[in-house]
Amino acid sequence: MAFGRSERRSRPATADPMTLKILVAGGFGVGKTTLVGAVSEIKPLRTEERLTEAGRPVDDLDGVTGKSTTTVAMDFGRITLSERLTLYLFGTPGQERFWFLWDELALGALGAVVLADTRRLADSFAAIDYFERRGLPFTVAVNCFDGADRYAVETVQDALDLDPEVPVMLCDARHKDSARDVLIAVVQHAMRLGARRREPALP
Amino acid sequence: MRDQEGRAGRAGPDRAAARWFDDDAGPVVRPYAMTRGRTRTAAEGRLDLIALVIAETRADETVADQTLSPEHVDIVGRCRRTPLSVAELAAGLDLPVGVVRVLIGDLLDAGLVHVSRPVPPAELPDEQILREVIDGLRAL
Repeated sequence: MAFGRSERRSRPATADPMTLKILVAGGFGVGKTTLVGAVSEIKPLRTEERLTEAGRPVDDLDGVTGKSTTTVAMDFGRITLSERLTLYLFGTPGQERFWFLWDELALGALGAVVLADTRRLADSFAAIDYFERRGLPFTVAVNCFDGADRYAVETVQDALDLDPEVPVMLCDARHKDSARDVLIAVVQHAMRLGARRREPALP
Repeated sequence: MRDQEGRAGRAGPDRAAARWFDDDAGPVVRPYAMTRGRTRTAAEGRLDLIALVIAETRADETVADQTLSPEHVDIVGRCRRTPLSVAELAAGLDLPVGVVRVLIGDLLDAGLVHVSRPVPPAELPDEQILREVIDGLRAL
């Protein structure tokens, strides 16, 4: 079978679609994968990293007994926004000891959602601290579970001791429109912060 | 009895076969057998979870290359249909991300795939792109 040279398409890197990612963080069982699944065009997929992989920093693995079967799973989804833009959503592993994986996830991320449950607000502290320290734009979305008390957004803002600029919103992670609005808020917040960072410092 | 000695001999006595001592290591080591024990690739920095892997057109001719494992061939096949992210490939092949990175590194070296350039991690994507993201999300 002959393959003519003319069949070769040159595909300059600029023609390849651009990919972006937003992280979805929060405590165990707060609805991260539910939110990803609500907006993703694919059923959330799962990737695994093995903790024993050589070269990974191991200093914060206290409490992991070194059994090599430990795996960290990350669920993720995809939204094709346009021909040239694809957005990936990654649910971060809940446990703090997997922060070395968060570092990789956060690198190059557009922003993050911290999902919170008002019955267990403290579960979201770790994620908030992490994104504040990294300077990654994030919003807090309170997942309104059935039966949980509805608190005013201001109350949650105070309870979490958030910078007043950090958007706090109520959401229902099961619903596509609600999950989409949370993502839009993250990108808008990233835009505001980005615009400010690009401004030259005043003398 | 397993044929471990013979296999280790072929792979070279210096290989890490001696480290296969712990029963618990089984499930972890096995995927890395596909990478001949390698856990890293020179291309690591370019292989973010959302880096897109795209098959080169040339890959049609060379995929019968005998040095390629079935997993290599599988990756090229998947990326020929549509560009796929590292994360999607790992999920689709049901392999740890670390293993898939090494395999993609081999394919890059062989010129069978190329990888999309991710947004430089230090900078936010420019405003125009963020606007496109918002418009795209609104249209969902």
